Amino acid sequence: MALTISYFAWVRERMGIGEESIERPVGVSTVADLIAWLAARDERGGLTFSEPGRVRAAVDGRMAGPGTALGRDIALFPPVTGG
Amino acid sequence: MIRVAVQDAAIDIAAELDIHDAGGHGASASFIGRVRGEGDLVELFLEHHPLLTEAGLADVAHVAADRWSLSALTVVHRVGAMAPGDTIVFVLASSAHRAEALAACEYLIDRLKTDVMLWKRERFVDGRSAWVEPREGDRKRAARWD
Repeated sequence: MALTISYFAWVRERMGIGEESIERPVGVSTVADLIAWLAARDERGGLTFSEPGRVRAAVDGRMAGPGTALGRDIALFPPVTGG
Repeated sequence: MIRVAVQDAAIDIAAELDIHDAGGHGASASFIGRVRGEGDLVELFLEHHPLLTEAGLADVAHVAADRWSLSALTVVHRVGAMAPGDTIVFVLASSAHRAEALAACEYLIDRLKTDVMLWKRERFVDGRSAWVEPREGDRKRAARWD
């Protein structure tokens, strides 16, 4: 199934792209699974996601935790600093 | 009336007050957050999500409007590049009485720092730039309202 991944702030800068679409790999069903898969995919992913605890996620427009099931799209980003 | 906006343009506080005050409210409380010019800062850049930033602001605004029975609420957050002194965020909450307006205003500014998809990057006079790290004090202030 297709999955659109968007990246923000330093996660975007380290990945070198704002968005990508992938076929969801077999065995990748949660946010934590995806982050581990991206970290193992290549060197950029490894550097970006070396500390998964520093990354937050939104799945299909809703804030998500590591155990949240994936949907059609996911945003990966650092803890927010607005205001 | 709840008005939520995420915008690149400078925040026009006089215009926002005019829109907000059309209803005639007993008590209004406001907060203005500006770019601090300390430590040779030349630019503050606010990155946002094209959909979820405004949706997140609207969520926080609706919770506040219900919790304190607000008669009107304005929340405007600027994004993109800003200079020291520029207004980053404007919150204006109105109710029949001051206690509700003041509490709602404080809630909104505390929560939008921890719940809304916005990221600050600072650029300094020597060309250095760095993403701002979340502050523990901000998290604690936001958690007081749980």
